[in-house]
Amino acid sequence: MDLLLPFQYEFFSRGILVSVMVGGICGLIGVYIVLRGMSYIGHGMSHAVFGGAVVSYIMNFNFYLGATSWGVVSALIINEIAKRNKIKADSAIGIVTTAGFAIGVLLISLNRSYIRNFEALLFGNILGITDQDLVAIILVTILTGIFIFLFNKRLLFTVFDRDTAQVYGVKTDLVDMLFSLILAGVVITSMSSIGVTLLAAALIAPAIASRMLTNNFLKMIILSCSIGIATSFSGMYASFYFNSASGATIVLFGSAAVGISALYSFLLKIRHSHYHGDTKHSHAHVHTGKHKHSHENDG
Amino acid sequence: MNLNSMITLNDVTFGYSLKSPIVEGINLTIFKGQFVGLLGPSGSGKTTLLKLIIGLIKPWHGSIIFHDSSSVRSSKVAIGYVPQVESVDWNFPVTVREVVGMGIWDQSGITPWLEKNAKEEIDNLLQGLGIVEYASRQIRQLSGGEQQRVFLARALIRNPDILVLDEPTSGVDHNTREKIIGILNDLNVGGMTIVVTTHDIQGIARRLPWIVCMNHHIIVEGRPEDALTENNLLETYGLAEVN
Repeated sequence: MDLLLPFQYEFFSRGILVSVMVGGICGLIGVYIVLRGMSYIGHGMSHAVFGGAVVSYIMNFNFYLGATSWGVVSALIINEIAKRNKIKADSAIGIVTTAGFAIGVLLISLNRSYIRNFEALLFGNILGITDQDLVAIILVTILTGIFIFLFNKRLLFTVFDRDTAQVYGVKTDLVDMLFSLILAGVVITSMSSIGVTLLAAALIAPAIASRMLTNNFLKMIILSCSIGIATSFSGMYASFYFNSASGATIVLFGSAAVGISALYSFLLKIRHSHYHGDTKHSHAHVHTGKHKHSHENDG
Repeated sequence: MNLNSMITLNDVTFGYSLKSPIVEGINLTIFKGQFVGLLGPSGSGKTTLLKLIIGLIKPWHGSIIFHDSSSVRSSKVAIGYVPQVESVDWNFPVTVREVVGMGIWDQSGITPWLEKNAKEEIDNLLQGLGIVEYASRQIRQLSGGEQQRVFLARALIRNPDILVLDEPTSGVDHNTREKIIGILNDLNVGGMTIVVTTHDIQGIARRLPWIVCMNHHIIVEGRPEDALTENNLLETYGLAEVN
């Protein structure tokens, strides 16, 4: 079997490049989403932007301008509703994003001739990436990287301890808004490759897998990006030989990464180092009354 | 005690619902170098008053004025804030050093990581608080008292004019409580202005130099022997003194 056969096709090489970039930025931004406990926001944002994409197509606007505008408006509305405290963020996200999705579905139902064109948006079409899509993904990748580099301290502080961050001068509302806009950009540029229905998993799977492997924030970032890139590459590559939908294959590889990380974490837990008296060793065990011992960090 | 006022609250009122204010008609002055305890039962508005003082929330009515060292009105009073430990996600993947580093997020360069100077400054502070050996540990590995000291370090690294702590001895054992009170006393002797909230009458309130008893409004303030009378406690807690 010629392992390099897929790369002889330009559409595949382009698809691999896109999937690796999408995997990387989803892995990066996903860390903050998971740590904030807002894993549903990727799902919600992708559904909201779908409405904007449909409107853009019907009104003959540029897809990126239309979807970005819709994404920005959705992010603004979600932030405003959540700030009022009467309604929590999950409710705000739920209503705003499903309403956006519903607008898209309504418009499609009124214009049935457009149905086939939106299958690509719903399920992804990584092999149909245009030059404009490629430029947009490269631009968002660079912007996301710059944003995280410059704003990491503010972001981390806001996510960990929002009140104290505000007291110490972090403009937490601005940080939230900028994060939402960056997320909207990642979602919009990733939609064409992964699809609205699968994007949420692509956003959070690498971060969840990495969280189970480390308690160190920097390592979590590196692992999440690496897992995102690796699963995107592997999924894309496998889809060539399985002749399967590339977006779905990538997401399944991401889900497998979560499963493997969970198993590794479990095995590590039952085999951790401990002391019997002064003797340090490790072996598989469970904590029962008959197996008493101390641990390195006790006391 | 230095008689220069640091923070003055004039007729401050605030609530989360328009129909029922949490704190009402608060008139209070905190002087430079004071060590003040806000005492009251749960739900009495202690934390709300603290949040008003540190500027997290704005009063519906009244004013909060900050003064610099010469009692001139100023917006530049540096505040060190220690929240309740229960409000923090201790499973968050950060080390002790990273948490303390958050206190100087705006003074430690534009890179996402802590620079060498910042690390040294943090380690020196942790050394002073007796927890430098935990600098690289994940915060989830620390005991309650050690976590409290980490938060204290994060507040102190900003060289605050005033230290504000919300229930600093909540959920800790007797020995740890004594250590924390000891650290705060040492800081106050060194000139730090400190405001703490507490509902612990015997363990904390009786040992502080100045007490403000409150239950949605200020009932009395003064030295413990003057403020913590049976009548005042009855009005504050709605029952006789708790032993």
